[in-house]
Amino acid sequence: MTLMAEFEIHELAAPYALDALDSEDRWTYERHLDTCDLCREEVAALREIATNLAYGVEGKEPPADLRARIVAAAREEPRSATVLPMRQRRWMLPATAAAAAAAACAAVGLGLWANTLRDAPTRVVAMEGGGSLIVSGNQATLVACVKAPPAGKTYEAWVIENGVTRPAALFAGGCQHVVLDKPVQSGTSVAVTLEAAGGVEAPTGVALMSADV
Amino acid sequence: MSDLAMGLSSAVGLERPDDSGKRSDEQILEAVGRGNDDALGVLYDRFGRVAYGLAYRILRDQSLAEDAVQEAFLAVWRSADAYKRERAKPSTWILTVVHRRSVDLVRREERRRGEPLEAAPEPTSGPADEDASLRDQRVAVQAALSELPGDQRQALELAYYGGLTQSQLAERLGVPLGTIKSRMFAGLGRLRELLATEV
Repeated sequence: MTLMAEFEIHELAAPYALDALDSEDRWTYERHLDTCDLCREEVAALREIATNLAYGVEGKEPPADLRARIVAAAREEPRSATVLPMRQRRWMLPATAAAAAAAACAAVGLGLWANTLRDAPTRVVAMEGGGSLIVSGNQATLVACVKAPPAGKTYEAWVIENGVTRPAALFAGGCQHVVLDKPVQSGTSVAVTLEAAGGVEAPTGVALMSADV
Repeated sequence: MSDLAMGLSSAVGLERPDDSGKRSDEQILEAVGRGNDDALGVLYDRFGRVAYGLAYRILRDQSLAEDAVQEAFLAVWRSADAYKRERAKPSTWILTVVHRRSVDLVRREERRRGEPLEAAPEPTSGPADEDASLRDQRVAVQAALSELPGDQRQALELAYYGGLTQSQLAERLGVPLGTIKSRMFAGLGRLRELLATEV
């Protein structure tokens, strides 16, 4: 689904609340949520009901050591990964027109990439904060529409794997599809920050967009 | 605890582990957001069992369910400081993360294997030492589900527990996509009514 009429998109609230949308529909609907207060309220209410279903499962005991493993893994996460929280979620797409432009741009981007990536299974991963990642094999392409960065600044994409954060691309404003120059795989995270022009070796800003591959 | 004391202890995080029982889920989550890993353990104590039960139901594989729960709790760890209290209860937020991670994993595994994951035998009752309030909630939700019209129940169960997309559901059941969306919407609405009357 690349183009969706306004009236159709509102029907996606219930399937979205049940996680019953495929990645592309999910991405499209989340961009819509960025611009629709009423829809966010509706989704929040539907999520609340849907989550009751989690309590309807016949319980199965988790392994005794899972708690310790989770806490240990959290302790080992370097702050470089955890200093990338979403603080500016709606910074990028303040207006419906901008969102529509982003969706149209992404549609073009997705179409282009679908054509060039036919050989490998391709997934679209929605990024927190806007934009999406198109993942084909271990190659990721970031598709997003962003404002021009302030003078002396650039957007920088990062690939975070096993606690190591590495620079993966620089890009400017406008609608972009940016091929990341570091491979990704399951367990890899990708984030985007605003940095000094020319890029830096380690992120200093907060994450504007982020996703787990 | 006075408001002042509550505010102070909230500001410094979980200093004393034995204090955790008095804390609201919101306060625990705020401590997690400040990087308090003990608080993450408390969060797991509160939601780990439901989370794992849900992940196992969707993934039908112990190791995949462990991965889903671990990844979900680490995602909560990374983003707890961005948690917005007004958007969802902590329980809803955490279990939503667990559900989405499990659904994404089951779809990825099924794509990789080219076939649905094998169905695991369903336990006939909860664990022997299951918490009484969890057991009551389970009985209430199952009773509410059994009251739903069959087609609505089927749509909710195949989507939420089966990880099927709306398009897969339409194809499997041989009905138009619009019908699936309507059944999901009506099913969630009816479930809300039924659970409200049972509480």
